[in-house]
Amino acid sequence: MRRSLLSLVLLLVLAVVAAGCGQDGSKSDGAAPAGQGATFPVTLDTPAGKLTLDQQPKRIVSMSATATEMLFAVGAGGQVAAADSNSNYPKEAPKTDLSAYEPNVEAIAGYKPDLVVYSDDLGDLAAGLGKLGIPALQQPAAKTLDDTYAQLDQLGRATGHVAEATQLAATMRAEIAKIAAAKPTHQLTYYHELDKNLYTATSKTFIGQLYGQLGMKNIADAADKDASGYPQLSAEYIVKADPDLIFLADTKCCGQSAATVAARDGWGDLTAVRTGGVVELDDDVASRWGPRVVDFLKTVAAKVEALDPAGS
Amino acid sequence: MTVTERRPGRAEVAPGSRPGPARLRAAPLAVALVGLAGAALVAVLVGPVRLPPGAVLAELAGRLPGVHTRSGLTRQEAAILWELRLPRVALGGLVGAMLAMAGAAYQGVFRNPLADPYLLGAAAGAGLGATLAIAYGPDTASWPVDLLPMAAFAGAVAGVVAAYALGRSGGTRTATTLILSGVAVAAFLTAVQTYVQQQKAETLREVYGWILGRLTTAGWHEVALVVPYALVSTVAILLHGRLLDVLAVGDDEATSLGLSASQVRLVVVGAATLATAAAVAVSGLIGFVGIIVPHTVRLVAGTSYRRLIPLSLVGGAAFLILADLVARTVAAPAELPIGVVTAFFGAPFFALVLRTARRAP
Repeated sequence: MRRSLLSLVLLLVLAVVAAGCGQDGSKSDGAAPAGQGATFPVTLDTPAGKLTLDQQPKRIVSMSATATEMLFAVGAGGQVAAADSNSNYPKEAPKTDLSAYEPNVEAIAGYKPDLVVYSDDLGDLAAGLGKLGIPALQQPAAKTLDDTYAQLDQLGRATGHVAEATQLAATMRAEIAKIAAAKPTHQLTYYHELDKNLYTATSKTFIGQLYGQLGMKNIADAADKDASGYPQLSAEYIVKADPDLIFLADTKCCGQSAATVAARDGWGDLTAVRTGGVVELDDDVASRWGPRVVDFLKTVAAKVEALDPAGS
Repeated sequence: MTVTERRPGRAEVAPGSRPGPARLRAAPLAVALVGLAGAALVAVLVGPVRLPPGAVLAELAGRLPGVHTRSGLTRQEAAILWELRLPRVALGGLVGAMLAMAGAAYQGVFRNPLADPYLLGAAAGAGLGATLAIAYGPDTASWPVDLLPMAAFAGAVAGVVAAYALGRSGGTRTATTLILSGVAVAAFLTAVQTYVQQQKAETLREVYGWILGRLTTAGWHEVALVVPYALVSTVAILLHGRLLDVLAVGDDEATSLGLSASQVRLVVVGAATLATAAAVAVSGLIGFVGIIVPHTVRLVAGTSYRRLIPLSLVGGAAFLILADLVARTVAAPAELPIGVVTAFFGAPFFALVLRTARRAP
């Protein structure tokens, strides 16, 4: 039982990282169903094989919070009939009780979808949808920014919003390049906290690569011998490593804040605590791989700039 | 090795009997205490951050009254030692001692070698309490006390009380009805907990992080939280060692010796529950300690509860301190979940105990 609990926890860490994903800063209200460049039928490469859509989907069910953000960002929001219980962004997303952790195929079918987008194939979701003949598009957690751009492009083609998706990806690339170009001369170290048991993400993970865009050094890399990308650090090590910046991605889930970090035993003297380098992130923005990664990078870049000795 | 006793320790015991061979002698206790001290010392000296052993000893000695030493530890290293490593070792020892003692007490009270501290719904109750606190509790970040350990503690106690009440309602109050009602209560509470956690999917990570068990965030605050309960329950259970020996001959026989089996059971279960709840409140659910430590002690030192309980107490502390040492150093600077370590050593060991027990006459 303990073992299965453990694997569950590991799964969950991944799932949460995955589930928290997508967002975007653009506010397309997506009411226009037929965007430019819409050509159907369209054939898409998915992890489960080829998927052909004969017509433009009009009733999409999104079982992934990142996909929901992406759909709205490419202008397909008006075609989304229902979104899962984690899809809390943008506000106009039709969030429902549908659970992405324990998906109920009947409940999904109740929305009469002509396309289901999902991230993790939990509970035989894909097989269940297959039996009902509902087209299902899997977009797993992005490993790199290129995955994000590819998923945007794919959603654009799947929904008939090719031009908007291309435009969005180009804008994101430009903004991220701009942020990366202004990276500080002095290499800052950081610790990205996933929960208060000190689970973290290394520089190999998606979120770690984003920090890498700013030339920052991740203190967790030394701990990732098992290469999961999500090790649990010991408090002693974090105190010893004394990172310049501490990013809290557990503010919503676990109520952590700069104040609770400062109050932890042995953490009060850390550089980040003394110099105001503890950054409270939005858990969702920090765990989704959608368009809002640009917002995330802006938050981090602003903090880095404030602390960079060369820039001050 | 097993100690062959000429007569089973329990047989010679009757209420009012004078100290006999079943009593704890000084030698085994001294060995156990030395083992515990050694484990604690190694655990303080070794960790993911290398601190010079000489400096650590000097720093520790410097806190003794009348001793003035300069350890040469930096401020940061001193903080690692005093605020991170020492409380973790202390908490590991306390939690291990409580779980092993509670396990031994439960095994005696229920005459069931598979009994562990979580048998009567303490684990399920604590899990539900913690989940409710995480899912619906107010934001306690600004509070002086943390809601989570209190909720887990209350849940563990409530789970056992419910099992006890259910076990009594049938009229017969045998050990078996108690165990069965414990199973029923645990199943019910787990069902509620699973439901709550599904309704609040965003709390999953924290709930599982809690359930898995950990000493990673231990501080003096947690140690202070456990100590009072540990003292009360330890004294109560130690005082009942002799009565547990009597109970080992069976409820009816104990009754004929003038002992109320159900009353002893109530007191011992109550004390063991306090100990378990306190441990669970600060460290989550750490498995196997409550089973393997008492069984090891039985193999080495015999079955009398007057020996078993104090030796389990000390042995449990040493075992969990060492398990935690493995958990925080093997993959350093990453952590292994402590439950993985105790199960990794505990499960094979458990098979060994079963084999040995079957061969015993």
